Amino acid sequence: MTKTINISSYLFVFFLYVFLFAPVVVLVMFSFNNASSLAVWSGFSTRWYHELVNDISILEALCNSIEIAFCATCLSAALGICVGLSPKEVFKKLPLVPIVLPDIVQGLSLLCFFIWLSVPLGKISVILAHSSFGTAYVSTLVRSRVKVIDPLLKEAAADLGARPWRIFWKVTLPQLMPAVISGMLIVFTMSFDDFSVAFFTAGIGAGTLPLKIYSMLKFGVTPVVNALSSLIVLTSVVLMTLAFFNKPQKA
Amino acid sequence: MLRTFSKNKNSLPTALAWFWAASLVCAPMAYVILISFMTRGPYGGVVMTPTLSNYSKLFDQGLTPLIGLAVLRSVLMAAGTTLLCLLCGFPLALFLVFKSGRFRNVLFFLLVIPFWTQFLIRVYAWMSLLSDNGIFTQIFGSTWLFTYKAIFIGMLYNYLPYMTMSLYVNIEKLDVMLLDAAADLGASQFMKFTKIVLPLTFPGILAGSIMVFIPALGEFVIPDVLGGGKKFFIGNLLAQQFLTARNWPFGAALSVVLILMVAISFFLLSRLGKGKELEELI
Repeated sequence: MTKTINISSYLFVFFLYVFLFAPVVVLVMFSFNNASSLAVWSGFSTRWYHELVNDISILEALCNSIEIAFCATCLSAALGICVGLSPKEVFKKLPLVPIVLPDIVQGLSLLCFFIWLSVPLGKISVILAHSSFGTAYVSTLVRSRVKVIDPLLKEAAADLGARPWRIFWKVTLPQLMPAVISGMLIVFTMSFDDFSVAFFTAGIGAGTLPLKIYSMLKFGVTPVVNALSSLIVLTSVVLMTLAFFNKPQKA
Repeated sequence: MLRTFSKNKNSLPTALAWFWAASLVCAPMAYVILISFMTRGPYGGVVMTPTLSNYSKLFDQGLTPLIGLAVLRSVLMAAGTTLLCLLCGFPLALFLVFKSGRFRNVLFFLLVIPFWTQFLIRVYAWMSLLSDNGIFTQIFGSTWLFTYKAIFIGMLYNYLPYMTMSLYVNIEKLDVMLLDAAADLGASQFMKFTKIVLPLTFPGILAGSIMVFIPALGEFVIPDVLGGGKKFFIGNLLAQQFLTARNWPFGAALSVVLILMVAISFFLLSRLGKGKELEELI
């Protein structure tokens, strides 16, 4: 009885991982396909990688996405620390709203709001929109971290004559850092990956990578997309493996 | 004196926190609710003349069946997705906590790799897998692309990590001694599961369900790409009103419907959590 449960649980998890990895494997495989078909294999070639390097519009979208994700991450970290440290009851509940609200509602309400205030639609509006949910994630992590920080350290610093800002920089912030860094990683990933919110708030000026991919999906796909995503997967796997082996303890 | 001091000390951070709360969360939502009561401008903009016509349009004879069907579809799809994610995520999280041993970190690492690809690329990968010539179609013998099955596969694929993470965090806290004690007292696997694991991990199940069900209510990209754009969900209706038909006030009225759906499901789901504070759940 227990043995059957054991075997079936291993099988189940195995198939779940197959399900999770099938799309990734197929993506990478067909980035080396000689033809432009995404389903029929016709020989090995690296032509899509050559095309990718020469496709300025994709590279431009990639740069836009990185720029937006970077700015939104920094802004969210700053705002998130403020929100997370605030003792007010509102700031405990409010971060839940952008976290669970469907992307589409966030995107279109920010679109209407920006147009009403005549904020030009472009990189700035996308950065602000991403900071809306980004701040929520950072503040939630900061708040859970605050609970485990020893309050006596702050008092000790104050007793020794440290001014509030100095206490913040020298005592509070260093202790919050693990939460802030994991929050920033989440925000960067979500901003880089976000389609729905940018779809509404980007206007014509700031084509991010997901928006570029969407237009390619609608108007004819070539394996250039596969080549690009294979490179993104490779980069993130390398980065994460490095982080993983540098810090064997659980983050 | 002390009070003024502490007020000054916090003025900038508090102001920034309020800036986020007011201008990036509350005001945009309030503004959408406001324009749902306004008139559509001649060129698609918003004219600030109060009217209820956007809401009466919701109950228009021609439109009500369409909207009602879209709402029903969205709720059913979100519920189905939550159930699928639970059915797959729960055993997976249990496995990661109890069975994976020294491979736990590696398996966890593998779990997130697919999600470092772009969301749209993942959807597109499923599109090619499920297409007529796709590997999936060749194995299973029929094309699932542009059917509900394809939509559910896409939804499960993209929402599974949220569920698994919520469950994992919760199951990890479970005291293994309780299970051993139950086994010593002669409890079967089934009893251990229903009497100990399920009740103790219920907060995790609830948190995961909130994280999946509510965002899934408004999902519009997956139904659009994998469903072929023929099956309308509330999210698709919204996107259409805002981007194609450019009738913002009516679109705003539809988003009020979606916001209400979110609020009701949030209320109902958090009622299940009884005494627990919601921020503790998530």
